[in-house]
This record gives sequence, structure tokens and C-alpha cells, in this order.
Amino acid sequence: MTETPSRPLVHDLYFEGTPIKDTKAPNVSIEQMWTKREFDAKLVNPSNRRKLSVIIIGTGLAGASAAATLGEAGYNVKSFCYQDSPRRAHSIAAQGGINAAKNYNDDGDSVYRLFYDTVKGGDYRSRESNVYRLAEVSAKIIDLCVAQGVPFAREYGGLLDNRSFGGVQVARTFYAAGQTGQQLLIGAYQAMERQVAAGTVTPFTRHEMLELIVVDGKARGIIARDMVTGALETHLADAVVLASGGYGNVFFLSTNAMGCNVTATWRAHRKGALFANPCYTQIHPTCIPVSGEHQSKLTLMSESLRNDGRIWVPKRREDCEKDPRDIPEEDRDYYLERIYPAFGNLVPRDIASRQAKYMCDDGRGVGPLVGDFRRGVYLDLGDAMRRMGKEQLAEKYGNLLDMYQRITGENPYEVPMRIYPAVHYTMGGLWVDYDLETTIEGLYAAGEANFSDHGANRLGASSLMQCLADGYFVLPNTIRDYLAGGPFKPVADDAPEVVEAQRSVQERIDRLLSIQGTRSVDSFHRELGNVMWEYCGMERTEEGLLKGIDLIRSLRDEFWRNVRVLGSADTLNQSLEKAGRVADFLELGELMCIDALHRRESCGGHFRSESQTEDGEALRDDEHFLYTAAWEYGGDEPPTLHKEDLVYYAIELKQRSYK
Amino acid sequence: MATTTSPATRPTARSTTIALKMVMAVTGAIFALFVLAHMYGNLKLLWGEEAYNDYAHHLRTIGEPMLPYAGLLWVLRIVLLVSLVAHLWAAFTLWGRAERARSHKYAVKKRVRQSLSSRWMRWGGVFIFVFLVWHLIEFTIVRVDVSGKPVPDNPFQLVVDSFQVWWLTLIYVVAMLALYMHLAHGVFSLNQTLGWTNTKGTYARAKVLGHVVAAVVVVGFLIPPLAVLFRLVK
Amino acid sequence: MRLTLKIWRQAGPDVAGDFVTYQVDDVSGDMSFLEMLDVLNEQLNSEGKEPIAFDSDCREGICGMCGLMISGLAHGPEVTTTCQLHMRSFSDGDTITVEPWRADAFPIIRDLIVDRSAFDRIIQAGGFITVNTGAAPEAHSVPVPKANADRAFDSAKCIGCGACVAACPNASAMLFLGAKITHLGEVPQGQPERDSRVVKMVAQHDHEGFGGCTNIGECSAACPKEIPQDVISTLNKDLRTALRHGY
Ligand SMILES: Cc1cc2nc3c(=O)[nH]c(=O)nc-3n(C[C@H](O)[C@H](O)[C@H](O)COP(=O)(O)OP(=O)(O)OC[C@H]3O[C@@H](n4cnc5c(N)ncnc54)[C@H](O)[C@@H]3O)c2cc1C
Ligand code: HEM
Ligand code: SF4
Ligand code: FES
Repeated sequence: MTETPSRPLVHDLYFEGTPIKDTKAPNVSIEQMWTKREFDAKLVNPSNRRKLSVIIIGTGLAGASAAATLGEAGYNVKSFCYQDSPRRAHSIAAQGGINAAKNYNDDGDSVYRLFYDTVKGGDYRSRESNVYRLAEVSAKIIDLCVAQGVPFAREYGGLLDNRSFGGVQVARTFYAAGQTGQQLLIGAYQAMERQVAAGTVTPFTRHEMLELIVVDGKARGIIARDMVTGALETHLADAVVLASGGYGNVFFLSTNAMGCNVTATWRAHRKGALFANPCYTQIHPTCIPVSGEHQSKLTLMSESLRNDGRIWVPKRREDCEKDPRDIPEEDRDYYLERIYPAFGNLVPRDIASRQAKYMCDDGRGVGPLVGDFRRGVYLDLGDAMRRMGKEQLAEKYGNLLDMYQRITGENPYEVPMRIYPAVHYTMGGLWVDYDLETTIEGLYAAGEANFSDHGANRLGASSLMQCLADGYFVLPNTIRDYLAGGPFKPVADDAPEVVEAQRSVQERIDRLLSIQGTRSVDSFHRELGNVMWEYCGMERTEEGLLKGIDLIRSLRDEFWRNVRVLGSADTLNQSLEKAGRVADFLELGELMCIDALHRRESCGGHFRSESQTEDGEALRDDEHFLYTAAWEYGGDEPPTLHKEDLVYYAIELKQRSYK
Repeated sequence: MATTTSPATRPTARSTTIALKMVMAVTGAIFALFVLAHMYGNLKLLWGEEAYNDYAHHLRTIGEPMLPYAGLLWVLRIVLLVSLVAHLWAAFTLWGRAERARSHKYAVKKRVRQSLSSRWMRWGGVFIFVFLVWHLIEFTIVRVDVSGKPVPDNPFQLVVDSFQVWWLTLIYVVAMLALYMHLAHGVFSLNQTLGWTNTKGTYARAKVLGHVVAAVVVVGFLIPPLAVLFRLVK
Repeated sequence: MRLTLKIWRQAGPDVAGDFVTYQVDDVSGDMSFLEMLDVLNEQLNSEGKEPIAFDSDCREGICGMCGLMISGLAHGPEVTTTCQLHMRSFSDGDTITVEPWRADAFPIIRDLIVDRSAFDRIIQAGGFITVNTGAAPEAHSVPVPKANADRAFDSAKCIGCGACVAACPNASAMLFLGAKITHLGEVPQGQPERDSRVVKMVAQHDHEGFGGCTNIGECSAACPKEIPQDVISTLNKDLRTALRHGY
């Protein structure tokens, strides 16, 4: 494959544009950068704040925390989410915990170490300045959450408990049983509701953003659909923040919530915001396997299970159908322990995931046949059970094991559990600078919706940290610099840009309803998911990606000819909602493949078979790919690639090794 | 839906449904103590005519001469009457609220944890009230002798005459069953309402307490009528 | 298995609704209840009939978005959310009645979807601790006894699904309310606003049109997070204290 000259081929798919650069980080040492930026960012007179308005899309950790903080500061905030309550954003599902450089255990943690671990974990594909700041503000997050009443786990002395998480050697993860995301989100939600009561934040629940309004190059509002009445509403403001979460649902099956979508960020992308590193996807190794064709989502089980569980598959294919309890020790292949004796079952997520795929591709997967394939490996708690006893095991993992039993109908105390990797997190997102501003002036992106801090791979417990850092501490301080430039010229309700945005949204809805084809939205989504999983999943090849692009294009074409969306636009219509989201996924999917195709190296969650070491490890190519790929929407033309070079001052580049 | 409405006036603790429940709990507690005392008094019947009539007389002369004749009894009656009015008022207010809170009923609704007692609080309460009215007419206000004999002057004789009639005793037995149910849930419920059941332990104990109090009251109340019916007391 | 479903259909908030009967074949025990409804919806879509509207999002029992009355039981026959209920809890040939939560404070929007924004307004009334971003003291400056921290967490597990209201014969939201009051009341940071919080939240609860509590216990039985009744006692106690303090 690699013989074919790839340049011209790739050129058929995209143009290469001018490089871009973050211009906002002050030119001082990394330790001083944030202090300086906070100081330099202009202040807004308290009495003027009420007159400045900010739209925030999303009420997850990033959006709710930003809404609360900007509300407290006195700005006029409008907050949007598609669920019936802000409290239901998908941040609620995060289980494991949140990192912070508190060094409460005196085990050598520090801001620098958290920064270092995050950059290394991201396989040296993230921007130093942003990550350092993240580590720097992390400690304040814990202080604030505790003050809000977030019930973190505590020790008998009444102080906060920490655990080590996601392959790092220090215990810096704060947690609330297996429901950390929920507890943090409830804290942010309550802080936001307090501002609703105070009149600074106006909530718009069951509202979906369908278009961004850009006037004179500045983001000035959105078109949102009231999902109850179907009315299209125009909301104007001085700045817009997108905190709309990740796009893992492009794979149809993922650990994301049913409604997670790319629409908000994709619409912004179409209006000129660059989309960075779309192909960086994290696949989580410990999810409950697919049980059948009807499956609508995958459920994650905390990685902590890998601390006590041993992962194996049968040595012989014939054994795959057997009851695992009947397979003797010598016929089991504890493949992670075999291949990675040092880290064993605790290798990073991407490695654990990929090895599970190899085992199943080798025909040694276990569990029910889905199609003609078994997708599952055993996670065996047998040894732990013998060591700790059932009671202690239940105390440690009880709720997880109950959940497993509820979903699979199997008793994990008796039968080894089955796990399989699933799409979990998307590192890519809208390109932002140090201020979290996108390439559209006045448009900001926070949380999973931006690309900023995790490079090519995210460490466990660091997304919650990033979302809250963005929302509580970073964005409110950077956005004021922009807002201080106000008052902004009012936008008329009938300004041409507004009317055009309204028209295009209306037209798209009308079109979706008028096709009246034969296939349901879900069937398209499922097919797209299969294509993405097959060709842009855990292992990517040039050939596969090219095929994927073809398949996506023809699927998109068929979608616009043959989708069947029933009902009308002026009521609650869930098929219509889904149709709009899938239409955007069908465009994003192609860009993800193009991005994956152009990056002919392996790094973090992106594994190109063409780029691996002799023994099958991911092989980075720093010489050619030490940059962030930021894509510009091309409309009917191919997209344009803008490279942001990554320069490491504070950290030395190293090849990752877990052997 | 961004429709935010809040109560027009500044909220006070007094005007909440929980305060209303506390009225029920306090008045309910007064009733519970009253029925315990009343039950104890009734048991005097077993000691014969003299003991019982003395007790009835004694009730009226307590506190004399500090209080006028039957003074304490009147104080008690007023407290009970006020409590009854408050209890009923709160009960019907909350009942009405609950009806309005679900004006469209389920087509199918299963009960999972609710006990018979808790489910019958309202209609059971109404039944107790009707019974109470009859009880007062029979023994206090009008004084009726259901056996058809002329109404005797002496309280002991009236009781004995009455309960020798089997169907009257039956009515009392049924009423006592209703009281059992009302008290079993009521005594637990008042603990919960007053906020004394904040732990699993206190919660479980309050449940038991409800049944114990109810059983003591009801068994105690039933002994005299049954003793009369079975001619153990004449 | 083959199932008969009697499902409440209602085109909008202000129109009358009714039950419609559907057949679903080939239901597997591994499907979740909502996946079974997905299958039915695909079937309806292919027949050119509008799919049934129902809420769900995370489908892993944590967001609180889903919630159906399944043959008279909120979230169905298991102690879990509707999305985590699996079809192996039913048998071939069963007839299942599916209704929305019914409470006047939760008006129906469409089919099985109700409007639970009353819960948000109860939180707005006082379900928070007043602290501005940036104003927090160092996290370790106030230790919290483990017992209190644990009870706070157990109460904070509430997902705001509304099953307690749906199951309560009085359509009361005291379990939801009690869970929040207990969560915030168990931590030291929640003390300063304790009296005013309970009064404002209960007043909002009443204002929304929920019923009063009669300590029956159906709420806890239906609660997917097994929030116990004793949080209602704590709520009552806090109100009593507020009363004593003259609120
Ligand atoms: C199962 C699971 C477990 C996880 N565990 C951990 C963990 O232990 N530690 C960790 O650090 N991270 C974890 N993560 C990752 C982390 O939870 C997420 O990355 C993070 O919560 C994302 O937060 P957010 O605020 O960016 O977006 P979200 O919480 O996803 O919120 C998105 C918001 O945007 C709104 N929205 C989206 N599109 C639109 C639109 N078009 N119009 C209007 N509103 C819209 C939604 O309504 C929602 O309010 C986990 C993720 C999952 C799925
Ligand atoms: C001897 C008479 C009575 C006694 C001893 C009594 C006792 C009690 C007690 C202890 C309670 C518990 C209060 C609480 O919930 O905290 C209660 C509740 C109640 N009572 Fe009575 N009561 C009596 C008469 C009545 C009458 C006549 C009615 C008429 C309708 C009535 C209706 C109710 C109702 C509806 C409740 C509410 C149940 C609840 O909140 O759980 N009761 N009663
Ligand atoms: S208390 Fe339980 S049933 Fe009620 S809203 Fe919370 S989680 Fe749902
Ligand atoms: S869909 Fe989230 S709890 Fe059921």
C-alpha cells in the first residue's frame, strides 16, 4: 500500500493551507503564563456586565460551571441544553474521578508532574501552555467543589481520600464512589440554578442549537429549536460559548448518551471555526460487550476493575464456546501479562483495547456471536475473589458488579466477566487558542468540545478536571478580555446574516421531512457507526480509510435521498432531532477519516498499522507530525489543513514505552 | 422550558404542607395519649361496679376545689375538641391537595410497600370519626341504652347493658380494628413527621412502636366489652 | 418472546390521549426495555406510523432522563431505572401497560414524555450552597466526619428522575426534596443556609402542586437509587427547626 505515492492521493482529499498559531499565550515562562494572562485580560466594569450577554451551549461540567461563574460575575447568560434539565448532561455519567495536583499524600505530586503526566499521556500531541495551566488551576477546583458540598470520598479522619488512576504512579484522583461525574455536575448545576434564581442565567432546556449566527466575522448568536413546540428561535448575544461535549456517537455505539452530538460544533465549523484533530478517539477497554443487533449503547465499567481482574482469552479457538469455568489454567492466555510483563493488566487504555481486538480478530473472542464474530475477552475476578473474599470484593466493586449482572444477566462473582473496548471519548474538537477562543471571534469552546488539553490520548480522570478548569477558572477570565471590547454593535433581528441562518435551518428541516424515503434515521446511523468502527476505529490503514471515505460518501448521498422522517416540525419530534444529528455525523465521519488518513503515524488513540515498531507498538513520527491538524471547512470543495506546530519547551519528547 | 415561577409571597415555614402535617402529628399524639388513658380507665370495669363508678366520679372531682366540679374534664374536652377540629381540617386539606396533585389517575397502579394501615388512614379516619360521634352520643351526650331498657343513671350499668347486645359489641370490635390500623401507621408517622426517625434504627423502631401502641390500646379497649358480652362482668 | 404492549399515546400537551395496543415479536431477554421500544419504533416507522416519544439519554441509569410507569410500577418490576430494566424480567405472552409519570406538577408533553422542570425550580429555590467561584477556602480546612460524608453522598445519589412522585399516591416530591436537604444538611458547608433552604424549597414544592407526604413509603420502593425514607424525616426535622427559629 505504502508504495502508492500518497501525496497526490491525499491531495484529492484536502488542501494544505497556511500554518496557524496560538497568539494569546504571553511570552513568559510557562509558570508565569497564566498569571500574566489573567492580569493582562481587560476588566469589565461591574455595572456594565449586565448589558453584556453570553450564550452558552451545554450544561455539562464545562457549560454549567461557566454559566454559574459568568452569572456570578453579573453577565447576562443564556444557557442551552437538549435534555429536560441541565443536570442531565452527559458529564453525569463519569465514574472514576477527577485529578488535581494537591499532593495530599506527599507522594511527589506537583503541578509540574500533573502537567508532565498529561502531556506524556497525550503522547506529546498537546499544547504545553494549555496543559500547564490546567494542572495549575486543578487544585482550586477541589476547593470549590468541596465548598459547594460535593460529597467526595473521605477517610475516617474526615479528610479527602485519593486513589491512583489511569496508569499514573501518584494518588491524585478525587472521587465520590463510582459517581464522581454526577456529584461534580450536581455541584455545578446547583451553582448555576442559584444564578437562575438570581436572574443572571436564563435556562433554555429542551432546546437544540442548530446554527451559529456570525455577523461581521464575530459570533453573535444562534438559532435554536424549541424541542417541545418545534419553534425556531433566534437568540442574539455578544459572545457564544460551545460546551456541547464530545462526538463519540459518530460510531453509533459508544459510551456516550443517546443525544450526544456534534451539531453545535459542526455548525460552527461550517461557519469558519477550525476543527482540530478529529481522528483522535479514545477507545476504552473495559466496556460491557455488544449482546445483539438491537443494542443502542455501550456501558462502561470503571477501569479500576483492571487493578484486581486478570484479562484472558482461551488459547485455542475451539474453547471459545465453552463455559470459561471449565477451561483449565494452562489453556488460558493471559495475553496482557504475557506481552507486557511489567505493566500487565494495567497497560494504558489504547494498548489494552487494541490487544483485545487482536485476540478477537484471531478468532479467540468469547461471548455470543454477533454477526459471525465474538467480541469479548474475559476479565476474571477469580483470583481477587480467592484473595479478598466475596465480601471485600463486593465492597470495592459492588455497584459495578451489580450493573454488570443487570445488563448481562450473568453473575460476575461466579462467571468471569466479559469485556470489550468501546468508543469513549473524543480528544479532537474545535481548535482554540490559549483563551479558548476559536478561529471565529467571540466564539469560545470549552470541555470535550474543544481539542485543547489531551493531545492524542486522554488520561483517566483528567476530562472532568479540564471541563471544570475551563468553565470555572479559565473561560470566565479570558472571555472578559473580549467582552471588555464591548458594547458591541447591536444586531438587528432582520439583519441579513440572521435571516439567512433562519432560512437555512428551516430549509434543512423541511428537506428532511420531505424526503419520505424508506430507511429510518437509526438505520443510517447504525451503518455509519459500523463503517467508522471498521475503518476508523482502533486500527486504521490507508486502504481502509479510503474505503471508509467512499462508503461514508455514498451513505450520505443515500441519506439525503432515502431517509424517512415522519411527523411534523411543529411538535416534539424525536426522529427529526436524530435526523439532524446524523446528517452532521455523516459529514464529520468523512473528515475524521481524512484526518486519520493524513496522519501517517501512530500516536495515542490513533493507531496506523503502517506505523508500528517491530513488536507492534505505536510508532510516533515526530519529524513529520509534531503538529495539531486544524481543518477548515471547504463546503463543496475539500477541506483545508492548517498546521499548528507543537513546540516543547518545558518537556522533553520521548517515545512512549510500557514494556 | 424557561418558565420560572416562584411563590408570590415570601415563604414561611408555617404555611407549608409539612407544617400542616405537624399539626396532624401533634394532635394525633394528643389523641394517642388520650386513648391510652381512656383505655386504662375502661379497664376499671373489670374490678366491678364500685371501682368503675368511683373512677368516673373521680375524673370529675380531680383538682377540686382548685377547679370547679368536672373542671379538668372540661379542660380535657376542650383540648380534645380543638385537636379534633385541627386534625380534621389538616386531614381534609391535605387530602384535597393530594387529589389535585394527581387529577389523572393511572390505568394500572400496583402497590409495593404501602401497608393496609397507611392506605386506610383517610377513610379509616372518617370511619373513626363517625364511630366517635356515635360513641359520644351513646355514652356522654344523649346516653342511649341499645338493649331497650330504660337508661340507667349509673355509668357501669349503661356499659354493661350496652355490651350485652352482640351487634353493638361487634360494631366496637370493628371500630377497634380501624383504630388499630390508624394508630399503627399514625404513631410511626408522627415520629417521622416530627423528624425523629433520621436513622435506619430509629426509623425501624418507630414502625414497631406504632404497632405496639396500637395493640395495647386496642386490646385494652376490647377487654371490657368482651368481658361483658361473655358475662364475665355483670 | 412475544409481547403485547398497551402504550399511552398523546399527540401534545393539550389534547386527549389514549392507550394503543401493539405487538412486538422476537424480543430477546438481553434487550433493555427502551431497546425493545426502539425496535417497536423502527417497526412503526416502517409502517409509516409516527414513533412513540419517550425520554432517555445516558441509558446507564445515571442521568435520570428515562422514566415510565410499567404495568403500574415506576421504572418497572426491578429496583432500577427504566433504561436499565431488561426484558428478561418479563415472560413470553405478557401484556405490559406503559404510561407516563402522572402528576399535575409533571404535565405531559407528548406520549410518554413529561415536563419535570418543577424539580429544577425547587433547586433554584434553595438547593445549593452559596459560594462564588474563587471564594472557596482550602479543601482540607474543614474535615467532615466520614459518617456525615457518607450519608451526604448516599442522599446526593438522587438522579432527579421523578419516580418517587410517580409512585406516590399523593404525587408528593418529598423524597426528592428530602434527599437534597439531607445531602446539603450533612456537610458543614451547608449549615449557614440550613433554615432558609428548607423553608424555600418546601414552599416551592407546595407551590408546584405536589401533594403532601403521608409517610407511606412507595417513593423509596420505586427509587432506583434506593434513597431511604429517613431523608424525609431529616427534611421534617429541618423544617421543625426552622419553625422554631422563626422562619
Ligand atoms: C461513561 C463515561 C465515564 C467517564 N468517566 C470519566 C472519569 O472518570 N473521569 C474523567 O475525567 N472523565 C470521564 N469521562 C469523560 C467526561 O465525562 C466527559 O468528557 C465530560 O464530562 C464532558 O463534559 P462537557 O461539559 O464537555 O460535555 P457534556 O457533559 O457532554 O455536556 C454537553 C452539553 O451540551 C449540550 N448540547 C450538546 N449539543 C447541543 C446542541 N446541539 N444544542 C444544545 N445543547 C447541546 C447537552 O445538552 C449537554 O448539556 C467519562 C465519560 C463517559 C462517557
Ligand atoms: C381517636 C381518634 C384518632 C386518633 C388517636 C388519631 C391519631 C392519629 C395520629 C397519631 C396520626 C399521625 C399523624 C402524622 O402523620 O404524623 C394521625 C394521622 C391522620 N389521621 Fe388521625 N387520629 C384520630 C382520628 C382521626 C379522625 C377522626 C380522622 C378523620 C378523617 C383522622 C384522619 C387522619 C389522617 C388522614 C391522618 C394522616 C395520615 C398520615 O399523615 O400519615 N384521624 N391520626
Ligand atoms: S429520590 Fe429517587 S425516585 Fe425520587 S427523583 Fe431522586 S432518584 Fe428518582
Ligand atoms: S436514560 Fe439516563 S437514567 Fe435512564
